[in-house]
Order: sequence, then C-alpha cells, then structure tokens
Amino acid sequence: MSEVPMTRYKSLKHMPSTRLLGTGTPMCAGCGGLGALHEIYDILGEKTVFVNAAGCMTLMSVYPFTPFRGSWLYTAMASAPAGAQGIRDALDILIEKKRISKAEDLQVVVLTGDGSAYGMGLSATSGTMERDLDYLYICYDNEGYGNTGQQFSAATPHAAKTSTSMGPRGFSGFKKDLFAIWAAHKPAYVATVIGSEPVDLARKIEKAMQMKGPRMIIALSPCPTGWDYDPKETVEIGKLAVKTGVWPLKEYINGEIIHTKIPRQRQPVEEYLKLQGRFKHLFEPQRNETLISKLQNKIDTYWENIES
Amino acid sequence: MTRQLLTGNGAAAWGARLAATDYIPAFPITPQTEIIEALANWIDYGEMDTRMVTMESEHSMITAAGAAAATGVRVFSATSSQGLLYAMEMLYTVAGWRAPFVLTNVSRGLAAPITLESDHNDIVAARDSGFLQLHCSTCQEVLDNTLIAFRLAEDKRVRLPVIVNLDGFYLSFTREPVELPEASAAKEYVGEYDPENIQFRASAPVSQAVAVLGGSPYSYFRYETHLAVQNGLTVFNEVADEFAEKFGRQYKTVEAYRMEDAELAFVMMGSFSTKAMEAVDKLRDSGWAIGLCRPRMLRPFPIKQFQEMLSHIKGIAVIDQNISMGMGGVLHTELMAAMYGQPDAPVISSFIGGLGGRDITMEEFFEMANTARNAVEQGQAPSPRLLYSENELREMRKLQSIAKVERDELGQSSGENSGGNTHE
Ligand SMILES: Cc1ncc(C[n+]2csc(CCOP(=O)(O)OP(=O)(O)O)c2C)c(N)n1
Ligand code: SF4
Repeated sequence: MSEVPMTRYKSLKHMPSTRLLGTGTPMCAGCGGLGALHEIYDILGEKTVFVNAAGCMTLMSVYPFTPFRGSWLYTAMASAPAGAQGIRDALDILIEKKRISKAEDLQVVVLTGDGSAYGMGLSATSGTMERDLDYLYICYDNEGYGNTGQQFSAATPHAAKTSTSMGPRGFSGFKKDLFAIWAAHKPAYVATVIGSEPVDLARKIEKAMQMKGPRMIIALSPCPTGWDYDPKETVEIGKLAVKTGVWPLKEYINGEIIHTKIPRQRQPVEEYLKLQGRFKHLFEPQRNETLISKLQNKIDTYWENIES
Repeated sequence: MTRQLLTGNGAAAWGARLAATDYIPAFPITPQTEIIEALANWIDYGEMDTRMVTMESEHSMITAAGAAAATGVRVFSATSSQGLLYAMEMLYTVAGWRAPFVLTNVSRGLAAPITLESDHNDIVAARDSGFLQLHCSTCQEVLDNTLIAFRLAEDKRVRLPVIVNLDGFYLSFTREPVELPEASAAKEYVGEYDPENIQFRASAPVSQAVAVLGGSPYSYFRYETHLAVQNGLTVFNEVADEFAEKFGRQYKTVEAYRMEDAELAFVMMGSFSTKAMEAVDKLRDSGWAIGLCRPRMLRPFPIKQFQEMLSHIKGIAVIDQNISMGMGGVLHTELMAAMYGQPDAPVISSFIGGLGGRDITMEEFFEMANTARNAVEQGQAPSPRLLYSENELREMRKLQSIAKVERDELGQSSGENSGGNTHE
C-alpha cells in the first residue's frame, strides 16, 4: 500500500475561498450536481480541460459564454472518455516532441451524467481504464436522464418515480453498482462524493489529483427538478443520503475499499425518501410499508457487510 | 523515389507514415485491418515516431481522432463499412469541430446481409457529414491522395477531416507497383501541422464545440462548414498541382479518360473504373466515341468540372456501386442535379452494379454503353437498371433451393431463419 497523502483540507475553514466557476449558467436552482462541480472545480483549478458528454451540464457552455476558466470540449453522449484519450495522448505527444512546454499541460477531466456513465458511455470508460489513461472522471449522478426530462436510467433507485416510471410502484429496477464496476477495472482511484459533504469531497479530489491513471469520481447529485423537491432542500437531502446510508461515501485505492464516513447511528431511509416527490407514492395516499422496508433492508444489508 | 509492390492497404499505411503522422487511434475491421497492422509494426520497430492506440470502438476512435486533432497533433485513422457507420455520430461531430485529420475508408458493403466484400454504401452514407472525400482507383492513388489529403484537411480555407476511400479486396488486397516518394520529399510536401487557434493549452484556455441556442448561430456554423467544404475544390487543385510538380503525378477532382471528342461517357467511382477504362478502349477500337469520367471528389461535389467535362456529351451511363433504397444510385442523383438545366444536357441512364463485390463484366459495360446510346436516340433514359445476369439468378435459385430443402428437413419451421436470406 502506498501511503495516503497528507490533506490540506482538514475542515471547512481550510476549504478554498475563491470561487473559480462562473455564475449565470442555465442549470436549475439548487442543482446538486452544479454544487458538487463548484467544489470540485475550486480544487482542480483552471489548468484543466473538461470533456463533456450530452446531459444537463452541456448547457453550461453555450456560445459564446462559459463559466469555466479553463478549457472545454463537448463530445457526444457515449464518448467523452474517448475524447479524453485523444486530448491526453495529444498533449503527451506535444510535450514528448517538445512542441509545447510542460507548463502548457492540462488535467483532462471527463464530466458526464449518470446516463452516460452507467450506460451509453460505459464501454468507452472501460476502455480508458484498460488503457490506464491518466485522467479524472466526474460523474454527477442525478439518478436519471435529467436533460431529457428525468426518464429512469441505470442509476435510478428502486421505486423512484421518473417520467418513464409513473406507476404506483415507481421504477422496478435497481440502481446499478457503478462503483463496483469501475473498481473491478482496478483503476488508480474510485470514490463516491456528495456536495453536502465538502470536506470529504475536497480530500478525495485532492487525493485524486496527486495520482496518475484513471481516477473515477461519482457524485450523488440531488436534483430538485427530477427528484421533485424544493431547491432549498438540496443540502439537507444530500446530508440525509449519507446519514441514512443511502449513499455510502467510500473510495477504492490499491485494491481496497475504504468507507470514509460511516453513519454509526443510521437514520431510517424514510427520512430521506419523504422529502422527495419521486417517493411520495410510498407515503400517500397510504403508506407502502412493504416497499419502504424493502428499501430499508437493502441499506441495512449493505452496512451489515461493512460494519461486521 | 523507389518502386515497391504494395497492396492498397499497404499504400494507405505508407501514406500515413510518409505524412509523419503523430497519432493513430485504431480499431480492427476487415478489409482495413492490414493498414493498422502495418502501422503498428513500424511503430513497434521504431520506424515511425507515432503513438497508436487501439480503442474499443470506431465511435471512440473517431472521437479520439477529432479530440487529438483539436489539441494540435497530426492524426490518421482507418476503418471500413460497419465501423464507419458505427462512428457516424462522431463523423458529423468532429467535422463540426473543424478538426482536420485523414481517415482511410476501405469500402465494404453494409449489413444486412453481412458481407466482407466491397461496395460504396458505407462511404456514401458519410456524404453529408462534413468530411471531404477522395476516391481512389489504384494503389498509387491511395498513397498519393493520402499525402494530398493531409494538405487539404489542414489548409486554412478548409480545416476539416478528409476521407480517402479505396475499395475493399479489389484495391485493399491487390498488389500493384507503387512509387514511394522519398521520406524527406513527402515531409517537405505535407509540411508541419499548424493547429493555429485550434488547440488546448494551459496558457490559452478555449471552449471548443460548445452548444448553441437557436437556429441562427447553428445555421451560421453549419453554413461556414459547407463553405469550407466547397473551398476544398480550389484547395485540392492547388495542392494537387504542387504534388504534380514535386512528384510528377497529376490528380484532378474529376478524372477524364479518353473524353476528347467523346459522345458517350461512363461515370463511376473507385477501382471498377479501371475496368471501365478497358471497356472504353475496346469500344473505341470498334469505333465508338466513348470515354470515362471519374469523380475523385465526391465531397465537395465538383459540379462545374462535371458540367464542363460533359458539355458536349450526348449520353451518359452512370454506374453506382451503392443503392439508396427507394431511390437508386447516389452518384446518378448527384449527376442529374449537376446537369439539370444545362444547355443540351445529356441523357443520363442509371445502373446499379458491383454491390457486395459483385463483378461488372465487360459484356455488361458494352450493354450499358448500348443502353446509353439508345437512350440518346430516344431522347429519354430508361428506368434505372439493377445489374443481374440470368446466370446469377440461376445460381441464386440453387442456393434458395438448398435453403428450402434444409429448412424442410429441419422441419416445422423452428422459427429460426437467418435474416432476410431465406426468402423464396
Ligand atoms: C446518442 C444520443 N442519444 C440520446 C441523446 C439525448 N440525450 C441528451 S442528454 C440525455 C440524458 C443524459 O443523461 P445523463 O447522462 O444522466 O445526464 P443528465 O441529463 O442527467 O445531466 C439524453 C438521453 C443524445 N444526446 N445522444
Ligand atoms: S435537471 Fe437536475 S441535474 Fe439537471 S440541471 Fe436541473 S437540477 Fe441539475
């Protein structure tokens, strides 16, 4: 095991005070993905090129405006990681052949939603990990195809209502374990983060930046529009996602999975569910005990395996 | 300059090598694979200072190619058929990025039914993508046009990707003597890649390929690309003339063969046109005033060149190795559009042939010439012809009867039938 790097982010007061990402984007008020991106960007800085796949964040850069101080390339829904491959390789070639100086180098950062990361872009992502590409992948996971109106995706949790699962039981499938799929490739780093836990997030991004190879981040991104809640609840819902154990904060490093924040006194999952319109049918018109306990059991089983 | 026996694939690989390509994202597909194998070998043995990456699909391959070109290195890639179609979304995308690079396409028919053999449906499907297209009919042309393609792609007035097309099997695997330019001369001709303002650098942040809101900026950028593709005609002529000066081989946007004082003409693309040349020779020997007109460029479409070259022609037989379902030959439609309204426009007859590597025989060329001549006499073209001989039909019937016997034998139609191939 290589040693864990020292962190500069010990508490909130150590967090970067400058805000690098510009404002005035067309993202929804209270967008959890945007919140996480702000925090991530402050740490990554402007010597970056973001390679984006189709999704909500594509509309951050609309000609001739951009909130990014660094560079940006929009690709397509399936192939942002392949775009990262082309840029990384080209920068390496330019440096090797001394056509540009090392100072001109950039961190290559893929930015996609869950639809792309869990589904259409998974093959391209897998390819980059196979090839040990030196890049950072940020998936903002709003648990659905947000940009097209929140249809369910492979990241949608069981029972959630989406615009393609409007029935009384919501989505019949289960959220895919992308963390495990990514980790199975044995990349340099995999981590889950959430904007409402900025210190944990900052440490992970900081750590990722000090590594080489594929560094993969999944940010659970509460989405007022798709999850149907009041935008001001974004942080609260994020905190509850961690406190209820719905969203385990963890990292994969050197073949090991480490939980970075274990909710010792887990709150019942319904605390998290009942704030969101997409789970309203679990409580109204009658409480659906079966479904609620099914969801609770899944979480309990997960954590029993971790805590034991 | 040295002479070597090279396949079309070998010639394409030499083109990429002589152009001092920096980067090659790749993915295997028959009949193109030999190109990337040759390049991989050269790289492994230190004969080429190039980075090659095998991607996990052509969609990713074209994305990486475009992204690398947009970062400022010289890029080459190659594909065929299903691969080109798999990449289709990205063909449009990287052309929109104005990322200049060269892609060899080794033409092969499209599924279904699946085949390995050649026709042009793959390449015509990429017609409207914003890639310029150069079509080759010999191995020498493949090499030379690859070098020319880099100049064309990287020219300020164009700045777009270019496809160099060659036919699978007929050209990809056929060995012909090819003059290899000296590496230094080729390098001098192609020059250094100057990415200008299209690059990613820490000191000069840029956003590329951003979204637009509304039809007005969208139209603006689309028109700009269209005009840049059109500039390709002028630029091609310039860089081809320069090539001729340096290497002694002259290429035109539309190649004419024995078109002087011709009254009839074949019009077709690709390697089968070498057969058309033979047909022209034979017909000329028996007194026909006939020639061959072969577009090297399909995009931009050389309208003016066609109009000039065909201004005294009375009848044309367009032979398409592609089929637009429900319409017919694509080159035919394009040529009709170019010639419509021209004074004394020729009568244009349409033929579809050579699909999936099907041969076009000498007799068929004679028959097509005959049909074109009759059409002139009647002042009207017949309905488009799908070339198929009685003999072929008989052979096809045999295959069908085997299929039927097998099916009856296996019996009770288990519901398994292999695509569209078992229809009676
Ligand atoms: C090939 C292709 N298919 C479909 C789309 C339509 N599309 C655009 S964004 C999007 C949803 C992407 O979902 P996700 O990756 O979760 O990002 P989000 O929209 O949630 O930000 C879809 C389906 C597309 N752009 N490209
Ligand atoms: S739909 Fe959701 S993820 Fe997309 S911008 Fe709005 S809040 Fe953010």
